[in-house]
Amino acid sequence: METHSQVRARAFVKVWTAFVLLAIYLPIICGALAGLSKGRYFGFPIRSFSTEWWDRTLASLEIQSLVQNSLLIAFIVTLISVVFAFFGALAFARYDWRGRKLFQKAILLPVFFPQPVLGLALLLWFNALGINPSWQTAVVAHLVWIVPVVTLVIAIQVYSFDPTLEEAARDLGASRWFILREVTLPILWPGIWSGALFAFLLSWGNFPLSLYTAGVDSTIPKWLYSKMVAGYSPMVPALGTMSTLSAIVVLLAGGLVITLVRRRRADA
Amino acid sequence: MAAMTHTETDGKQGLLPAIPAGLRAAAPVTILLVLGFLAPLLTVAAYAFATPRSFDVFRSFTLANFSAIFDPSNTVWMSFAWSLAYASATVVLLAAIAYPIAYGLNRMFGKWSGLVGVLFVFPLFVSENVRLYGWVLFFIKNGVLDGGLKWLGFSGGPEVLYTPGIILFGMIYVYLPFMLFPMSLGIAMIPRDLVDAARDLGASRFMIWREVELPLAMPGILIGMLLTFVLGAGAIAEAKILGGQSVIPIAQDIEVAFTYAQNWPLGSALALLLVAIVSGLALYVLSKLDLDRILGKR
Repeated sequence: METHSQVRARAFVKVWTAFVLLAIYLPIICGALAGLSKGRYFGFPIRSFSTEWWDRTLASLEIQSLVQNSLLIAFIVTLISVVFAFFGALAFARYDWRGRKLFQKAILLPVFFPQPVLGLALLLWFNALGINPSWQTAVVAHLVWIVPVVTLVIAIQVYSFDPTLEEAARDLGASRWFILREVTLPILWPGIWSGALFAFLLSWGNFPLSLYTAGVDSTIPKWLYSKMVAGYSPMVPALGTMSTLSAIVVLLAGGLVITLVRRRRADA
Repeated sequence: MAAMTHTETDGKQGLLPAIPAGLRAAAPVTILLVLGFLAPLLTVAAYAFATPRSFDVFRSFTLANFSAIFDPSNTVWMSFAWSLAYASATVVLLAAIAYPIAYGLNRMFGKWSGLVGVLFVFPLFVSENVRLYGWVLFFIKNGVLDGGLKWLGFSGGPEVLYTPGIILFGMIYVYLPFMLFPMSLGIAMIPRDLVDAARDLGASRFMIWREVELPLAMPGILIGMLLTFVLGAGAIAEAKILGGQSVIPIAQDIEVAFTYAQNWPLGSALALLLVAIVSGLALYVLSKLDLDRILGKR
């Protein structure tokens, strides 16, 4: 029962979406090509391909320490932000309390804030406290904007949570801890996993906060930027591509876990 | 909201009887935001009133930094103007670019919309400098566009790198997901039967869009616009990586004051002005919205 104009609108939306997606992935593909081409300077069409820059990137000790820093920061940020955001999401969406509306708006403010300015403000604050910036301060900086994001992600799951389930468990005499473990957590697992995935990947790819708050410690995005500004070598797009591929692997693995959790819940 | 009729009553059983469960659950996030967000902003505010080029914060009070900024001979206002103009242009263009996609995600892509959504989310996890640098490789002389056109027998690509226009392009590129997803949440709030009813009553496609869909999707669209405006106003990587030195955005002025110039009070004053503009707007728009409705049940 579609009219002519509806068919046309549908075609337009599809073509437009495909075009925008192509534009989104085009620079990522350009970077992958540059990292795989032979020679120090990039030229297109690629004359000959080589894995030389990949090999050199993988062998570099400097880059190994960057990867360790980025991984360490991302893991700690994920752990802490999931715990904070789990309770934050309950306060955001589940409990009815007096400060809730204010809390909902306050939590959005770090997200609605330019990250470079947040990084510089944190740098000033750490300095005022007499703390030397290092990867630990970068963890704090990442948390300030990742915890609110993860809270929102989990809150969306909490909205679909029927509070009477908890009440029923309580009426049956279950303890607070038992309800949390056996009722609340299982229902919220998919949201918690999505939140953890967001936390890890946002920390892994974060550039502006790490730039100002990591001090002498470097992360992958920070190192890439310093080389883009001065001292380009094809190791820059090679490492950029590796970082992107790792994010894809993490996303696929996380997506798989979330699907499995959902399926198991549907079976149960 | 109807979803919130349940009232927490079990506070009596816990160790801290007087504190409601909601407040207890909110405590970790609140402490983090007070120590990691509010306190740094207060430090910036304190530095903004310290003696220029000094570090004696809390010990001096002067308006010298602000009078330096508002001095007519100072050209820093141009950075503000550029940043706000870029941010506004990004908002307008992104609203037009993202709307059809957000509509498609909700109404047209069916079982594919999950995959398409993930494809749009994924770039958020690749740091913006990597993605912007990909565009440098695309547009640079002998890069993908220029070299590709020459290979096909044309005279080569246009020289767009290091111009003001490419900075806008880079901002649109980087901030697209921040417009798309709130907008998509907004469009999901439109009840389908309302659209059907309007159609049955003889409303044209355009009238349905203007009178039914747009007003109902507005909260999500507003959040997207606010988010992209704020991020655009504080953008720095696009101008540095794609724009060369053709335009200095305000965030770069702030960065220079904090780093090379070692003039923290001036940088703080600039940051405070930017924050005032941005958070004034954010608080105004957020005060108009009901977040339970946007994120919650539909």
